[in-house]
Amino acid sequence: METITKTKLPEKEVKQEFKKETTVKIQGSEAVVRSLIEEGADLIFGYPGGAIMPVYDEFYKVQDKIHHVLTRHEQGAIHAAQGFARSSGKVGVVIATSGPGATNLITGIADAQIDSTPLVCITGQVGSNLLGSDAFQETDVVSISTPVTKWNYQVTKASEIPAVIAKAFYIAKSGRPGPVLIDITKDAQFEEFDFSYKKCEKIRSYHPVPKMDPEKVKEAADMINKAKKPFVVFGQGVVLAQAEKEFKDFIEKADIPAASTLLGLSALPTDHNLNMGMVGMHGHYAPNVLTNECDVLIAIGMRFDDRVTGSLDTYAKQAKIIHFDIDPAEIDKNVKTDIAVLGTVKETLAELIPMIDKNKNQKWHQEFHDLRKIEYDRIIHPQTKPTQEKLTMGEVIAAVNEQTNGDAILVSDVGQNQMMTSRYGKFNTTKSKITSGGLGTMGFGLPAAMGAKLGRPDREVVAFIGDGGFQMTIQELGTIMQTKIPVKIVVLNNEFLGMVRQWQELFFDRRYASTVMTNPDFVKIVEGYGIKAQRVSKRENLKDAIADMIASEDAYFVEVIVEKEENVFPMIPSGASVSDVRLK
Amino acid sequence: MEKQLYTISVYTENNLGLLNRIATIFLKRHVNIESLTVSSTEIEHVSRFIIVAYITEDEVKKIIKQIEKQIEVIKAFYHTNDEAIYLQSALFKVKSELLFEKRQIQNIIKKSNARIVTVNPEFFVLEKSGRKEEIEELYDGLAEYGIMQFVRSGRISVTKEEMKITELLEKELV
Repeated sequence: METITKTKLPEKEVKQEFKKETTVKIQGSEAVVRSLIEEGADLIFGYPGGAIMPVYDEFYKVQDKIHHVLTRHEQGAIHAAQGFARSSGKVGVVIATSGPGATNLITGIADAQIDSTPLVCITGQVGSNLLGSDAFQETDVVSISTPVTKWNYQVTKASEIPAVIAKAFYIAKSGRPGPVLIDITKDAQFEEFDFSYKKCEKIRSYHPVPKMDPEKVKEAADMINKAKKPFVVFGQGVVLAQAEKEFKDFIEKADIPAASTLLGLSALPTDHNLNMGMVGMHGHYAPNVLTNECDVLIAIGMRFDDRVTGSLDTYAKQAKIIHFDIDPAEIDKNVKTDIAVLGTVKETLAELIPMIDKNKNQKWHQEFHDLRKIEYDRIIHPQTKPTQEKLTMGEVIAAVNEQTNGDAILVSDVGQNQMMTSRYGKFNTTKSKITSGGLGTMGFGLPAAMGAKLGRPDREVVAFIGDGGFQMTIQELGTIMQTKIPVKIVVLNNEFLGMVRQWQELFFDRRYASTVMTNPDFVKIVEGYGIKAQRVSKRENLKDAIADMIASEDAYFVEVIVEKEENVFPMIPSGASVSDVRLK
Repeated sequence: MEKQLYTISVYTENNLGLLNRIATIFLKRHVNIESLTVSSTEIEHVSRFIIVAYITEDEVKKIIKQIEKQIEVIKAFYHTNDEAIYLQSALFKVKSELLFEKRQIQNIIKKSNARIVTVNPEFFVLEKSGRKEEIEELYDGLAEYGIMQFVRSGRISVTKEEMKITELLEKELV
């Protein structure tokens, strides 16, 4: 049977549509599942509950088509979906019940919003007749999630489901990606209607990609060609636009030193001769100092976060700023630009490359290498090849690099473990660094690593987590056990909330307020979940333990007892200038 | 940068939840909304928000971009008071006896160009449209004698410039 859709479309399009559509009367709950299948979502994360049970009942029937991963907490589900999205480049899908199920997603939604991760979150809601009655497990998740979603919508009629889900996927992945939330009342899940599905390709009020202005690209090329000391800072925009090749071609042709933001890591191989490391609070010495020496700063797919810029009053004031970004709202938000080039960086860099000349200032490159040498001698070498008795975080990461040759996806939690992983992790290919950047969500690491592994089963995934963050989502060990996710977990245990302790040491006269951790026996806990585990506290055992972990076909856990009061340096103290980066 | 009153006009799809979404953009930046009016427009299914806020030009520019970023927002503009024709409406409820006993009141009403909407034995209702200051002046005049009820609307505004809104929006809606 064929149906007529009510959308007003030009004659021609309508006819094409008819051919594809055959409809059957189904329940809203089945429509949710069929819509997900239409969108190619074959792996989703979630946790059932009263208001979403009809949809779960449908999942039960399509286990051959959709693999539902039962996490141990909704926060675990959403971070897993984020990890999945970030490693695979696909849209992550999360499903939860109303009330606490929905509110438990909020941290992950906020994280995905600030880190531009495409997610579709589906929550159950009480029946529409109960809305506003303070019913059991009723919470106004649409209002709660509004400031942290790219878009959200409450469905109260089954007939809305296919179009709303189609719209959700389109919004989540197009333009600058982000999380969307669909709240579906229980009666809409039960209601029957004529199902038909059509992917969303356009929303009339939404222009996901601003039109590139070739004049701006030309202006940018002129400015870059005239620069004596050009410097590139690149962010996740390069990865999201799948512009790694264009980006590499551009910096190679121009011969310009480039440094990454936290989320831009792995868009350019670590070993690339123009890769000067990471900028920002715990970034590398040379790119931070030379940000305030360059004459043209070329920002590509990044947003001048305060952790990147330090004090804005002193940030690259001597330089002309060129900003390539997809989001007009990022232009002039934090740093005033001289030339803004809107569009996807894949498109704008491709346009730019033919106009670019090679920069011939080798002295400028030498400045980076000189500062890099200082950092190597004073920080990198002692941290990765220490002579002190206690193990350092840096040497653990270096040991993993050695075993994986830099081919692994490194997931980190938040804090010192994150900064050390970012500083010392080796990345050969893109989408290899997954971490909570903008929101700094402790507890992200373990579930995100699960999702990353499920998103890229062909790749090794190693998570570096501190003893604090590990205990924020430790329950996800249960998911790893049940779903048999062969993820590798390294807990760097210093029995402190290390980054806060570092700040207390530096700025609060070592008053260690609530940062000392009395920890359980992690190895026993992990073994209780049936996961192989070992503890390392001596240098001579580190290499073998990491080798065992990497060799394992199954999930594997290594706890490393590290120096208790190690600090992450270089460091730009909060509110200081990037060039005042401290080496101790 | 100096703060002043900006009139922000937002053209949107007529969808549930957009008011909340737009309001949170102000709240997130700790900006107070002086007045807010939502109405239909000359274009079918398109709503218009008129929001007044006391902010710097830098802030208003950033807020406009954040508003335009919302999926169902079609277009947003901002104007200074000099660039806009704007007014508010107010209703005053006053005891009827005053109208006859206090000759002064009749003068105040006359001078203010307010309109009497209804009169009954208990009270009469005045309507005054104009700039905020004009409404305040009438309020102050009547307050002396006692106001039973007072209500003032949010600002409504159109630009002094022609601004072919329908054509502009049609371009956006392609």
